[in-house]
Amino acid sequence: MKKKTIGAILKTGVILALVVCFATVAWAEKLSIKGSTTVLPIAQKAAEEFMKIYPDINVSVSGGGSGNGIKAIIDGTTDIADSSRFIKQKEVAMSVENGVYPVPFAVARDCIVPVVHPSNHIDDLSLKQLRKIYQGKIRNWEAVGGPDLEIVVISRDTSSGTYEVWEDIVMEGARVYPGALLQASNGAVAQAVAKNKYAIGYIGLSYLNKELKALTVDGEAASIENAIAYPVSRELFMFTKGWPTGKTMKFINYVLHPNKGQKIVSEVGYVPLY
Amino acid sequence: MMRSRQIKEILIRYVFFLLAFISIAILAMILFFLVREGVPVFDEVSVKNFFLGKYWYPTADPPDFGILPLILASLMVTGISAAISIPLGVMTAIYLAEIATPRVKEVAKPMVEMLASLPSVVIGFFGMVVVAPFLQDVFEIPTGLNLLNASLMLAFMSVPTITTISEDAIASVAPELKEASLALGATHWESIIRVIMPASLSGVSTGIILGMSRAIGETMVVLMVAGGAAMIPGSVFDPCRPMPASIAAEMAEAPFRSEHYYALFAIGLVLFIFTLMFNFIADYISHKHRQVGAATL
Repeated sequence: MKKKTIGAILKTGVILALVVCFATVAWAEKLSIKGSTTVLPIAQKAAEEFMKIYPDINVSVSGGGSGNGIKAIIDGTTDIADSSRFIKQKEVAMSVENGVYPVPFAVARDCIVPVVHPSNHIDDLSLKQLRKIYQGKIRNWEAVGGPDLEIVVISRDTSSGTYEVWEDIVMEGARVYPGALLQASNGAVAQAVAKNKYAIGYIGLSYLNKELKALTVDGEAASIENAIAYPVSRELFMFTKGWPTGKTMKFINYVLHPNKGQKIVSEVGYVPLY
Repeated sequence: MMRSRQIKEILIRYVFFLLAFISIAILAMILFFLVREGVPVFDEVSVKNFFLGKYWYPTADPPDFGILPLILASLMVTGISAAISIPLGVMTAIYLAEIATPRVKEVAKPMVEMLASLPSVVIGFFGMVVVAPFLQDVFEIPTGLNLLNASLMLAFMSVPTITTISEDAIASVAPELKEASLALGATHWESIIRVIMPASLSGVSTGIILGMSRAIGETMVVLMVAGGAAMIPGSVFDPCRPMPASIAAEMAEAPFRSEHYYALFAIGLVLFIFTLMFNFIADYISHKHRQVGAATL
């Protein structure tokens, strides 16, 4: 009999606790962030720290790609869209049609670094050499002062933000030749290059590791300190629906704050702007 | 009393009808969606250039939407994987159904079926980290992420499907046929080849086709190990990009309702038609060669 009572009390307690939990979740304001996987580490970490300061705002962060993030802004299904590229003219037109005015905030700078297998003794390539390699005009490492090995060119899927920057700055509109290998993420490129002594690839600064050799471009090394002089770099954005207010403004302010969000930016391997 | 029983009966009938209808309705809606989002690409590019174009540059300016390299890559990867998985799968099935002792079968069959439960991303990872460097060293080729690697991994994935279905078909051949064959003086091997295999042909073929349709639709593995070069592969050591890999890699970043987005849906439609054809063939074979009754008196 006694056991039963204790059990009942416990049960009621658990149910009450659950109800309270759900209630607080329901009452908390929700802020959803979606988009580029490149910006994801910044958004994720910033959201965690942000929720410690504002426990009544519940931030949910998801990836899905720059295109999907901006699409969510157009549809109005997210509050903030992460993007590793600037919004396109067509997307602006579509969101205006839906009555949404996307506002960009540059939150960080990212360097894209050409990488090779550590056994490759090449240290520097010029933008022109990189372009010729990616066009398929230079097919052997010997032509750029390396070993007599075929070059295996590894590129990103044509719609990733990283590829677009590479296409813009390195390729200058020329096409990557069809024989280039395609990998679907920064991590996959890093993995493929680390396993292949013939390979060259390009990845975001934060993905560099010991198994890869980063090349300098036109003599400039990619690093947080040298980001402005380094030729292959880009800005990372967060887009809001109209000029941000309320919870969205609080979050954007947090990310842009030199001692808060911008610190997180350098912690996760990108270059802070402020 | 009688009435309530009848009502219950009718109610059950409708509930089941509704459930069956839902799955068909979902299929119809997916098809509708694919067509609606895929067909507009043909405003941008002609049907001929889409299917026979050799260059896939969806984000270039001006873009090229030729999917011939992707279709060929899909067909070649599926063909080569079938060349590996059919003998492997069917012979395993014959062994399990006819030759293996019950004790061996008890252990071996679940193990083969377990292959099917391996998540495709794990197989892809295996191909990328283990098989790719291996191929590269053995054949001294510049990259191990190529058509051959993808075919091998897909063969791994279709073997369990082929084996399981074939084994069921072979095991369900009427024992009278086998006994009659043995009684006529045929050896075990002759009985398997001349009697049991023809009798189970429809089931085995269904297994093979379903295995192949799994291979052609598989995404993660080809995305990870096929190399992803959108060119017409010249040899099995060339990297290639099958259709599902292209969709998976590009969809996330394709601007909503752009030509690129429509083109990817059109590829999805092509892929859907391919797998649908495989399923029709499987269905046709299983009906045509269905054995009706055992030939006993």
